[in-house]
Amino acid sequence: MTNLSIIDKLKRSKILDLLKEGKRIDGRALDEPRPLVIDTNVIPHANGSARARLGDTEIVSGIKVQPDRPFPDMGDKGIFICTAEILPLAHPSAETGPPQPDVIELARVVDRGIRESGMIDLSQMVLEKDKSVIGLFADNVVTDHDGNLFDTCSYAAVAAILTSKIPKWEMKDDKPVLVEGQESDTPITTIPISVTMGRIGEFIIVDPNLDEWECLDARITIATNSDGNIVALQKGGNDGFSLEELVTCSELAISLGKKIREIIKQATAGGQ
Amino acid sequence: MGGRATDIVLLDENGIRSDGRKVNETRKVTIKAGVLKNASGSAYIEFGGNKILAGVFGPRDVHPKHMSNPDTGILRVRYHMEPFSVGERKNPAPSRREIEISKVITEALKPAVMLEKFPRTALDVYLEILQADGGTRCAALDAASVAIADAGIPMRDLVCACAAGKAGDALILDVNNEEDQAGQADMPIGYMPNLGKITLLQLDGVLTADEYKKCIELGLEGCKQVYEIQKNALREKYFPSSDNN
Repeated sequence: MTNLSIIDKLKRSKILDLLKEGKRIDGRALDEPRPLVIDTNVIPHANGSARARLGDTEIVSGIKVQPDRPFPDMGDKGIFICTAEILPLAHPSAETGPPQPDVIELARVVDRGIRESGMIDLSQMVLEKDKSVIGLFADNVVTDHDGNLFDTCSYAAVAAILTSKIPKWEMKDDKPVLVEGQESDTPITTIPISVTMGRIGEFIIVDPNLDEWECLDARITIATNSDGNIVALQKGGNDGFSLEELVTCSELAISLGKKIREIIKQATAGGQ
Repeated sequence: MGGRATDIVLLDENGIRSDGRKVNETRKVTIKAGVLKNASGSAYIEFGGNKILAGVFGPRDVHPKHMSNPDTGILRVRYHMEPFSVGERKNPAPSRREIEISKVITEALKPAVMLEKFPRTALDVYLEILQADGGTRCAALDAASVAIADAGIPMRDLVCACAAGKAGDALILDVNNEEDQAGQADMPIGYMPNLGKITLLQLDGVLTADEYKKCIELGLEGCKQVYEIQKNALREKYFPSSDNN
C-alpha cells in the first residue's frame, strides 16, 4: 500500500510538471479527448450493440428489449435500465463480487445522462397503459480499463441504442405476444453526449487517462443534448471546483460534445 | 424529472410555488448540534419536511484493518433512509441510489475535513433520513458538516448545501419533492463558502448554458443562507449565553 502511494505521488508530480508546460503525459493537448472508435452491431444476438474504444479504454454495450411491467407511477411510459460492470479481465485491480460504489456511480451517471436527455421517447413504448410496457435494457461491460469509464460507457450505450431495433408485441389475453419478423426503430429524440473533465492543481484536462485519473483533485461529467443544452452533471473526486472552472467545463462539454456527437452519428449511420 | 404529468401548478401567475414560496426562497431550515449522547458529534436538521439525524464517530480504529491508511485518516459516510421515511415503504437494505449518494457526500465533505491529522484512523459519519421530502442529500450534507464540527474535528471550512433547479420554466431555489418529481431540473450543490469551492454538484434535467450558470449562482445563495444557520447551531451549543448574532 505504502509503495503504491509513493508511486502515485511521483506520478502526480510528473503529470503536474508537464501540465505547467502545457503538456500531458500522453502528448495530448489539455482539451483534447483521446481518439474515439465506435463499432456497431458487434453482438448480433442483442437488439442493438456497440463497442466503444476511447484511447485504450474499451466498453461493449448490448441492448436487450423485452416486455415488462411499468414502474408503478409511470404506467404510460416504457422502461429504460442501464447497468455497468468492470469485468475482471479489464484491469489487474478489478475483482469479481458485488458492485463497488464507483461502479454503481458509473452505471447511474451513464443512466442519468441518457434518461434525463429524454433520448428515448419512452411514451412510445407502451403496450397497455399501467399493465405492460416495453423495457429497453442497456448493459455495459468494461473490457479494458485505461481511465474515463464514464464517457466511454456513455458513448457505447448511446451508439448501441441508436442502432437498436424494437421487436413487435401485441396484447392477447392480457399478455404480450411476440409478432415474428416485425421490428421498428427505437424512438430517438436527441443524442446525449457526456464529456468528463478533471482538475489537477489549477489545470482542467479533458478525458483523463488512467494515470491522470488516479491523481485528479476533482472531476466533473457533463452531458449535453443535440440542442447544446446541459442535461446531467456529476461532480466527483476529493476536492471541489470554483464557479469559473465550472463555467469553463460547461463550455468545453458543449463544444466537444458537438464533435463527438458527429463521430457517433457517423458510426451509427444506416444502423437503424 | 422530465416533466412528469401532474395536476399540481408548480408556479402560479404571481410567481408563487406550490408550497407558497417565492422562486428564490428556501424552505424553513432548523439545525441543532449535539443531539446524541454516544456519538463524538451529532446534529439534527429539519429542512422543510426533511428530518435527518447525523452522528459522527471517531477518529477511531479502522475495521477492517486493511482499509486504514498510514498517511491519513479515512472518511466513511453512510446515507440511509428509514423504511418509513417515504410514501411507500422502502426496503431497509441499502439501494444503489443510497450507495451513490453516500459516495458523493463523502467526496463533498473530504476537502473540508483535515483527515491528514489522524493517520490510521476512521471517521464514520452516519446519516439517517427519518423523513424525506426532496433534497435529502443536501440536507444530510448540511447536518453531516455540523456534526463533524461538533465532534471537534479540525475543518478547513463548513460544507453547506442547497439545491437549485427549474420548474414552471423558472429557476427556483431549494427544490421540494413535488418540484423534483414534476419539475424540469434539479441541481444539488455543496459549497465551502470561505474557500469558494463547490464540492458537490449533480444535475438531472435540461438547462441551457446560461441557465446552468444562473442555476449554480442561485444555489450558492441558498448555500450561504444555510451556512449562517449551521454556524448558529454550533454557536447555540458552545456559546449558549450569546445572543446568536
